[in-house]
Amino acid sequence: MPILQPIGRTFLTFLAAVGRLSLFAANGLAHCIRPPLYLRLIGRQMIDIGYYSLPVVGLTAIFTGMVLALQSYTGFARFAAESAIPNVVVISITRELGPVLAGLMVAGRVGAAMAAEIGTMRVTEQIDALDTLATNPFKYLVAPRLIAGITMMPLLVCIADIIGVFGGYVVSIYKLGFNPAIYLKNTIDFVEFEDVASGLVKAAVFGFLITLMGCYHGYNSKGGAQGVGAATTNAVVSASILILCFNYFITEIFFAV
Amino acid sequence: MSAPTNAAAQKIEIRGLSKSFGPKVVLDGLDLDVAVGESVVVIGGSGTGKSVLLKCILGLLTPDSGSIKIDGEEVVGLRGKNRDRVLRKFGMLFQNAALFDSLPVWENVAFGLIQGSGMDLTEAKKVAIEKLASVGMTAEVGELSPAELSGGMRKRVGLARAIATTPEIIFFDEPTTGLDPIMGDVINDLIVKCVQELGASTLSITHDMASARKIAHRIAMLYHGKIIWAGPVADIDRSDNDYVDQFIHGRAEGPIQMQVRAG
Ligand SMILES: Nc1ncnc2c1ncn2[C@@H]1O[C@H](COP(=O)(O)OP(=O)(O)O)[C@@H](O)[C@H]1O
Ligand SMILES: [Mg+2]
Repeated sequence: MPILQPIGRTFLTFLAAVGRLSLFAANGLAHCIRPPLYLRLIGRQMIDIGYYSLPVVGLTAIFTGMVLALQSYTGFARFAAESAIPNVVVISITRELGPVLAGLMVAGRVGAAMAAEIGTMRVTEQIDALDTLATNPFKYLVAPRLIAGITMMPLLVCIADIIGVFGGYVVSIYKLGFNPAIYLKNTIDFVEFEDVASGLVKAAVFGFLITLMGCYHGYNSKGGAQGVGAATTNAVVSASILILCFNYFITEIFFAV
Repeated sequence: MSAPTNAAAQKIEIRGLSKSFGPKVVLDGLDLDVAVGESVVVIGGSGTGKSVLLKCILGLLTPDSGSIKIDGEEVVGLRGKNRDRVLRKFGMLFQNAALFDSLPVWENVAFGLIQGSGMDLTEAKKVAIEKLASVGMTAEVGELSPAELSGGMRKRVGLARAIATTPEIIFFDEPTTGLDPIMGDVINDLIVKCVQELGASTLSITHDMASARKIAHRIAMLYHGKIIWAGPVADIDRSDNDYVDQFIHGRAEGPIQMQVRAG
């Protein structure tokens, strides 16, 4: 059956890739919980992911909150349902747009940088050098990044949530003429623990995916500068796609009826 | 360099080592010994698998078959703590030095002491500065980033890192490639000096014959995945081997076929 052959081969290649990635992830996670931990490296990664992503994530969040309020207003005015705007803004931001947009921005910023850095270390034999100096590259390179990604993304998203809601508030008050006190009361009354919690769980998962893809593609890059370039692209693209996939499934787990 | 007198025990013993990448056979049943205190240089063209040989011994690559013994202990397939214990016997100077660009020079040199042996920072820095001095570099260089160094300086730092943990076995992967002849000779002299001071056994790879003659007790030629000739450095000019003759005289004509694919 010559038609089935290429399909089968592609499928097997895919399975092999999933297997390799799963092993890599398991190995990386195992080193996250097994001492010793390199606290200095974890700290540096946390600053890089958490602190230096703040401007990008903050700007994304504020404009998203603002446009949400504006769009909802133009839509809801037709049904005289403008009062739902605070609810729409806070729900959309905390559940979906906060984590997803922050995830995509951090994937572009941090995932790419990680793949480039680790990829360069691979092709210049620095990873081999680590290994011969009796230092496990998973412990030294992968684990600190995974830990930093998993812990810092929820923090970033928490801040993004606040900034996003604030963006919606600003537009509603100064452009759409809402009463500030009522807007805030509606927001706080309406938002539930589960909305925020689901967003933070997503953020942690996205942080894991971003750093995992950055490390995995960097670690396995080969063939000089071109290989590192390809690793960088692959890290960002695969992390972005995985974020959107996992976003759906986590939403289903939390809110499926 | 004169041969050591107590060259009876084997430090490294390789038998039937084979390694392929897909259809490409790189090592094909290679045998090689390095005696205690001996300095062996493997020569061979680019892409013949010299670096692969070193990486197999260090466990960075897993051989397809064959045996590698260090001090009589089989090391193929060693993992975890046992592998770390064996790795502590080694120092390695990589082809392009492979310094960590995220760390200053002194931390590069002290890396094995800090991470591997758990030495505290101030102590490790003192040792690092001593080692830098022994390769002719000042303490100020220790504060620089590797990116600020020239090729020859990087090699020296790489050498200092390789000897920092006072290893029993040192590998040199093309120590003089890419350097001008004078810097190349400086590196050769440093290698000879360091090896004598440490009493280490060494395995070096090169295609620079001047370097090989200077640092070797014994030379082995790698071709098509096997050692096709090995003997004392003094015998290299009367090897009666066409491949060796072509290589050491750098002639285009001869039995050796140029590799088309990159090394
Ligand atoms: N990790 C690897 N994957 C696939 N092929 C490799 C790998 N490492 C080395 N090779 C191939 O093995 C051959 C020998 O490489 P190498 O040992 O680096 O040569 P050299 O003798 O110049 O040091 C080359 O053809 C190279 O393409
Ligand atoms: Mg090489």
